[in-house]
Amino acid sequence: MAGTQGEIIAARGLGFQYAGSASKALDDISIVIGQGEFVLLTGPSGCGKTTLCRCLNGLIPNFHPGEISGELLVDGVSVAAETTSELSRKVGYVFQNPENQLFALTVEKDVAFGPENLGLTREEIRGRVDWAMEAAGTVALKDLAPYELSGGQQQRVALAGVLAMKPSVIVLDEPTSFLDPRTAEEIMGAVDDLRRENGITVIVVEHRLDLVGRYAERIVVMDHGRIVADGKVEDVLDAEFDRLSGLGIGLPKVSLLWSLLKRDGLVSERLPTHVESAVKMLSQRLSN
Amino acid sequence: MGENGAGKTTLAKQLNGLLRPTLGRVTVDGDDTTKKSVAQLSRKVGIVFQNPDHLLFSETVRDEVGFALKNFGFELGVIVKQVERTLEALDLAHYADTSPFLLSGGERKRVALAAVLAWEPDYLILDEPTIGQDYQQKERLRNFILQLNSQGKAVVMVTHDVEFVAECNPKVVLMSKGRIVAQGQADEILSDDGLIEKASLVKPQMAKLFSQLGGFGFPRDVVDVHRAKMLLEEKLSEVKVRVAQGS
Ligand SMILES: Nc1ncnc2c1ncn2[C@@H]1O[C@H](COP(=O)(O)OP(=O)(O)OP(=O)(O)O)[C@@H](O)[C@H]1O
Ligand SMILES: Nc1ncnc2c1ncn2[C@@H]1O[C@H](COP(=O)(O)OP(=O)(O)O)[C@@H](O)[C@H]1O
Ligand SMILES: [Mg+2]
Ligand SMILES: [Mg+2]
Repeated sequence: MAGTQGEIIAARGLGFQYAGSASKALDDISIVIGQGEFVLLTGPSGCGKTTLCRCLNGLIPNFHPGEISGELLVDGVSVAAETTSELSRKVGYVFQNPENQLFALTVEKDVAFGPENLGLTREEIRGRVDWAMEAAGTVALKDLAPYELSGGQQQRVALAGVLAMKPSVIVLDEPTSFLDPRTAEEIMGAVDDLRRENGITVIVVEHRLDLVGRYAERIVVMDHGRIVADGKVEDVLDAEFDRLSGLGIGLPKVSLLWSLLKRDGLVSERLPTHVESAVKMLSQRLSN
Repeated sequence: MGENGAGKTTLAKQLNGLLRPTLGRVTVDGDDTTKKSVAQLSRKVGIVFQNPDHLLFSETVRDEVGFALKNFGFELGVIVKQVERTLEALDLAHYADTSPFLLSGGERKRVALAAVLAWEPDYLILDEPTIGQDYQQKERLRNFILQLNSQGKAVVMVTHDVEFVAECNPKVVLMSKGRIVAQGQADEILSDDGLIEKASLVKPQMAKLFSQLGGFGFPRDVVDVHRAKMLLEEKLSEVKVRVAQGS
């Protein structure tokens, strides 16, 4: 894919079963992700997305007991051979539930916590904190306590804390769920800018494909702990629309509209994944 | 609906007495909330919090969902029936004996929803109910809400999910900076550029599409795919006929 240099993540036959659970949450996952890719990870609720993310930053198996199998390399090193703190410098993880991630007394201290533990100079820490708070739109909140924040504000602070670590991989687990739509768009844009400027690899778990589809080049779809589709967003949506909609994936409404029109023989082009391409194709047809 | 920090959750918590007004009055069925206990108000007004973990504490999903019913003193038969029905409706039946803490984020959110929906309060306040839900789960939820609504229950939903709102087409109350800035039907509000800007929203895809196709004589307040399809079908068929006759 564009901008890709080396492999940053490589899983081969990765499996995981939570202790006490009757079935595998991850089953034979094999995937290679290149440095600088923007990957959209989606699939029905409970299919294993968060579990896969927890493997990437070592929360599995270090904090969630269970049986892990297969192999997982991050930046060429097996996650089994690294401590969680080593891994946290490589892989920044914004949790699905932001509240679980915030613990300092003020927003600013929370954002500074990670960099302070990296042994950086004071100026470097200051610079990173200011930059991350700006990028996540939390400057105005800096002296507030995390519990005084609204859900969406907490989510922005969690993101700022991860950005300040400047990891090589950022994993965002349903990052837009608490964000208002415009902020969601802005933050996705900011994350994409970071990726372009710094070659960061971005993995976003999201049910609403329309929110991320514009940035993601690649979509990975999971179901029942397995990867069931993987490819370019436009290709996968066009080729697998019915199967994905059967899985309950939140497909973009323009793609849905197009598939309905196509079924009635009124259009023939490939499914559009964003509004702009649908406008272009429809304008052309309607001008006839 | 409204931007992060607009005051939606704060307003929602006023509706069952979790917060009391420092100015003005909130009444539920005519009773001032400052004169009732949260326990009394909760019987009428069920609230599902934005963060599911604020609600969960039982050992199994079944116990969690039956907890309030038990507390309110319903008969065992009623409890069992209501719990089964709600678990079924929210696709949780297979987790009945599982601990809520072992579930995924979206599943936990559904348990929190089920725990309130089960006792069918007269007024339902749902703070971000679609968080963590895939499309199929949202459809289930939508049907369940519509069903309760058609039984005469009032439902207040706080949400950032514009596409979900476009599908439900409810009345929308728009908040910004602690104030209500607009009220109206979803298709009007969600296709209004000024309001969208003011409340930090974005248009649903269909509204974006139709505002850009304005030159072809379409209405602008289209937010829903099925209406969009009907309108386009008509125009595209005309074009087809024209092309066939013309050239
Ligand atoms: N416990 C609290 N103590 C002090 N201030 C708070 C508290 N909870 C919320 N606030 C503040 O009150 C304002 C409104 O917050 P509220 O939680 O109602 O927003 P919201 O509209 O629900 O936002 P979101 O969409 O992000 O959930 C925000 O400015 C927030 O920082
Ligand atoms: N801590 C846990 N202990 C046991 N089972 C879990 C735990 N977390 C998640 N699960 C189960 O693992 C499966 C995958 O969950 P998860 O990865 O969180 O799904 P999602 O795709 O929604 O993020 C689900 O069946 C869920 O119930
Ligand atoms: Mg998850
Ligand atoms: Mg809120």
